[in-house]
Amino acid sequence: MATATGPFGSLGLVETRRVVLFTEDDPLVLDSGERLAPVEVAYETYGTLDAAGGNAVFVCHALTGDAHAAGHHGDPARPGWWDTLIGPGKPVDTDRFFVISPNLLGGCQGTTGPGSLEPGTGRPYGLRFPLFTVADLVRVHRRLARHLGVNRLAAAIGGSLGGMQVLQWALDHPDDLHAGLLICASARLTAQNIAFSAVAREAIMRDEHFHGGDYYETGERPEVGLTIARMMAHITYLSEESMREKFGRRIQDASAPRFRFGVDFEVESYLQHQGESFLQRFDANSYLYLTRVMDYFDPFRDLPAALVRLQAVRTSFLVVSFDTDWRFDTKHSLDLVRVLQTAGVRVTFREIASPYGHDSFLLEVPEYHRTVAAFLARVAEEAGVAP
Amino acid sequence: MAALVPRGARVLDLGCGDGELLANLAAERSCVVSGIESSDEGFLACVARGVPVLQADIDGGLADWDDASFDVVILSQTLQATHRPALVVAEMMRVGAAGIVSFPNVGHWRHRLTLALRGRMPVMEAATLPWFATPDIHLCTVRDFERLVGGQGLRVTRRVLLDERGGDASGGAARLRPNLLAAGAVYGLAAR
Repeated sequence: MATATGPFGSLGLVETRRVVLFTEDDPLVLDSGERLAPVEVAYETYGTLDAAGGNAVFVCHALTGDAHAAGHHGDPARPGWWDTLIGPGKPVDTDRFFVISPNLLGGCQGTTGPGSLEPGTGRPYGLRFPLFTVADLVRVHRRLARHLGVNRLAAAIGGSLGGMQVLQWALDHPDDLHAGLLICASARLTAQNIAFSAVAREAIMRDEHFHGGDYYETGERPEVGLTIARMMAHITYLSEESMREKFGRRIQDASAPRFRFGVDFEVESYLQHQGESFLQRFDANSYLYLTRVMDYFDPFRDLPAALVRLQAVRTSFLVVSFDTDWRFDTKHSLDLVRVLQTAGVRVTFREIASPYGHDSFLLEVPEYHRTVAAFLARVAEEAGVAP
Repeated sequence: MAALVPRGARVLDLGCGDGELLANLAAERSCVVSGIESSDEGFLACVARGVPVLQADIDGGLADWDDASFDVVILSQTLQATHRPALVVAEMMRVGAAGIVSFPNVGHWRHRLTLALRGRMPVMEAATLPWFATPDIHLCTVRDFERLVGGQGLRVTRRVLLDERGGDASGGAARLRPNLLAAGAVYGLAAR
């Protein structure tokens, strides 16, 4: 079906909006007890909220995502990060659902974060920005949903860190979500996961331009550290197989090795490009905060208590993993499936075959999209969303 | 089969196919249900029905589940398609307090005749599939099955014999010679 705004399956031109959700008089109270205000949130919406306010789907983005999930900002060749999944006739069908997609608290794409001005000082927070939790991210999400007239969501969906938010949301507010979709998510990082994050943070914090997080006014940024952090993380997003296929041992711009320490292999050139383009869109402090949020996420640590809390959860879950994902492999998904199932929560799980590793959740993997589409079609039926 | 499941029970169906049985148990008997299904079509059919389902192969065992996670575990017309039936039965009785198993009885006289007189391998889905295409790799008789569960120290709490249309034949002649006259059977199992 073609829409007035764009070609088949595309939302066309969309825009990011901003709203102040917490003010000095009504601050965001964090898990830590700290108060944060003002909190402004950048968000996009797609589709139309129905009269009953029951067709909303909330998109929770991952570590380096932003509010711009679908459609484009002027160049159709550069769509949002989840444009393969969200749009008219797509698995998250904007002809049926009203989609809400914000930038995360602590991020750097329009929502209040460590790069925002700290009230009273007129300077960016830097590391004076309070540490926050996944539950705090959910607090902001809920406020945005309320602001848009949504009290109960047909679904919340997220990949990786996004899935963690969906899980936390269902735990904290058992009546909020009719359905939750957790794509290659985890309820608990492993020592290996934390180790990778730790090295990334070290790379940033040991950069001579980091200045204890107060680099904003120095005219310098910890670019070397952030680039290395991104290069390393990017390796964990791809599978061994996809890297072999994409680059092999091919030499960049030459037929024979040049025997030097600079970039020679294609894979080196690719990682360097990934690292450098990341600088254009991401802030080093946000990277520290958002990776730390993931490290501390552990909602089932006190399992007996979690099982009791889950008794109240009415959310129906879809959990999807990818067989070549080694950042959050299938075991992460199965571990949380088992807890949900033990508590009697409705949970559907599928491991999808895909060569692309963790990145699969952002890509058009047909069986993955079919699964999400089938699940959301059922959700729409159960939640009384008009066809 | 649904009649053997207590109201409100937590039920796991191994090899749940399109989820029809579980959907009925949830709707009619208020059961908390989930299924395990290996096929893509079965999995997606369950999703479309709103039946919680895990896509997995039960032949690997059920190591992801703790002991006694369910009130009832069902193996409906699935046992004969597993690679390791003894392991699957042992695992179902580990994760479930009770088990329900149904299977076709190859000891039925019609199958015996097929083999004895025509020299052809009996095929349970004879109308639709040739012997080499059926999923059934571990067919057994009523007697075979009772030996298997006896050997595992399990107790038969209920036995329903089936006629060729899948109806209850327990009241008829099948009761006297089940291994010869029952087309299939449903067993309720418990730990001894």
